[in-house]
Amino acid sequence: MQQGRRSEDRAPWDREVALRLIREHVNREGPLLPILHALQGEFGYIDTAAEPLIAETLNITRAEVHGVITFYHDFRHQPAGRHLLKLCRAEACQSAGGDPLAARAEAQLGVRMGGTAADGSVTLEPVYCLGLCATAPSAMLDGRVVGRLDESRLDALLAEAQQ
Amino acid sequence: MTLRLFIPVDAGALAVGAEEVATAIRAAAARHNVALDIVRTGSRGLYWLEPMVEVETPVGRIAYGPVAPGDADSLLGAILGNGAHPLRQGVADDIPWLKRQTRLTFARCGVVDPRSLEDYRARGGGKGLERALALGAEATVEEVVQSGLRGRGGAGFPTGIKWRTVAQTKALQKYIVCNADEGDSGTFADRMIMEGDPFVLIEGMAIAAIAVGATKGYVYIRSEYPHAAATMDAAIAAARRGGLLGNRIAASAFNFDMEVRVGAGAYVCGEETSLLDSLEGKRGLVRAKPPLPAHKGLFGLPTVINNVLSFASAPIILDKGAAFYRDFGMGKSRGTMPIQLAGNMRHGGLFETAFGITLGELVDEVGGGTRSGRPVRAVQVGGPLGAYFPRALFDTPFDYEAFAAREGLIGHGGVVVFDDTVDMAKQARFAMEFCAIESCGKCTPCRVGSTRGMEVIDRIINGENRAANMTLLEDLCHTLKFGSLCALGGFTPYPVMSALTHFPEDFGAPPRLQAAE
Repeated sequence: MQQGRRSEDRAPWDREVALRLIREHVNREGPLLPILHALQGEFGYIDTAAEPLIAETLNITRAEVHGVITFYHDFRHQPAGRHLLKLCRAEACQSAGGDPLAARAEAQLGVRMGGTAADGSVTLEPVYCLGLCATAPSAMLDGRVVGRLDESRLDALLAEAQQ
Repeated sequence: MTLRLFIPVDAGALAVGAEEVATAIRAAAARHNVALDIVRTGSRGLYWLEPMVEVETPVGRIAYGPVAPGDADSLLGAILGNGAHPLRQGVADDIPWLKRQTRLTFARCGVVDPRSLEDYRARGGGKGLERALALGAEATVEEVVQSGLRGRGGAGFPTGIKWRTVAQTKALQKYIVCNADEGDSGTFADRMIMEGDPFVLIEGMAIAAIAVGATKGYVYIRSEYPHAAATMDAAIAAARRGGLLGNRIAASAFNFDMEVRVGAGAYVCGEETSLLDSLEGKRGLVRAKPPLPAHKGLFGLPTVINNVLSFASAPIILDKGAAFYRDFGMGKSRGTMPIQLAGNMRHGGLFETAFGITLGELVDEVGGGTRSGRPVRAVQVGGPLGAYFPRALFDTPFDYEAFAAREGLIGHGGVVVFDDTVDMAKQARFAMEFCAIESCGKCTPCRVGSTRGMEVIDRIINGENRAANMTLLEDLCHTLKFGSLCALGGFTPYPVMSALTHFPEDFGAPPRLQAAE
């Protein structure tokens, strides 16, 4: 899964690698999302240079490709920080004290939700439900799930993410 | 002697340290020269006891929980000794919280190894498909119709009628699509099934395929569920090896295969037509209906699209018969509902029971009230598009019609409890904010109305022309409810209006008299 890899493990943008990944999925039904996941899994983001390659291979317009990339919250045009920390901001986590924890994370990292820490260590993102609602509040750090968050567990996560 | 232990790999258990517990127990066993066989299962759904470790004994599986890695030595000592331990919960099947349930869809979840087809078959799996093959397509559809099963995703449309429509539509290719885009906060039943008993979903989809004449299936899983996607992938591969998928499934004349597709973080893709567009590789825009997906679905071809729990209920319906399933429940809500108790709940988890249990029983008795220990003030049922109910409505039975009659919905069965520190005006504003973030943008009431809704609620909170703005908010909600293309815009008024109706004091208006209910 793309979320399970840290960005330092990822390769820099490479046109040939991108073309190979695109062609791997081209014969599937509805290949665009699998292609975008493959590209983001490889490079950590979807370079705008990939858009014409996908458009040409799938015989659709570049606008369509761009529209799909920008429609979905997961796909990013810029690399994230070295770590990706997602905090659940949905109702079940709100009911269990998620709001003050989110504010604490923002304050400690010096970013707002969606932002990347100045040293590039971590990108903080909201997520609307991880399905861990009976062990709320919850978070996901680079694909690892964490439940029953409290201040000390959150601080430990933040310290890990800032490395 | 080899000790046989069961430790969940369910994401909810992993989130509270199940992996660390397994590692610690392995290390402790190595230190004491004890041979261990650890089976990784799904979760039984008693999340306040997770990580829950079970030990096989002559009297059944004894459960211990919640286990921390530091408990490994004392736990192992107890298991090797007389079993006494502060975390001992007794025989798992006899834990009152579990015993009180009627587990039909979740019978195997948390019990079996989710990646083992042999384990699945040893626990009664596969019998539904066998009976469907013996009955034939038409009788299989009829069985599902007669069971009274309604779509468990939230809309509650009769599943059998959907199948019958697809069966009667002629086409060279038909599809079975499973909606595993479980985005509602407070819900996790689909995730638990995919992580704990994925073969029951595969079997259910295969039954649907035979019933309607489809050959290809997709499970559309949200990207927030990487563990579920990995387990489904492994189970599909095992099902192919075991002859449950592929050509001539279960030695019949039918061909059916399926694959997992992963979403990309769009809540609206849980709406069935938006999901189909997403599967096709488009933006997840909602389609106008008609045409129904049953007539023109994936790639314009007839498609059965159902929620995970709907498909996962088909095997037991076919195995035990429509009447067996229909005999559970009340009114037009037949069978059992896997209810998810979530948020600030003392005993949160998966509670499968026949329709008809009241909201009060669920929250106070089963859930044990709040985890914070403070009084329960509001309960949101049915996800972010569901209404907030006050204690005054706790006599509402869990039933599609009973909730609708009180301007609410049961949706996918999520129950989120809030204590008395909740600010209901803030919750109402969040409902509009969420709609604005997740709107697909196709229809104006949802796309524009949600943002205007946030602004109006902000003005109410700030005390600007309060009475006039409350009237405006009601009017806006009316437009959203009746003018939106799908449930995202159409149902966002439920949490907003229920907050306003039942908790007016949080909006600066006089409190509502309880007796007026």
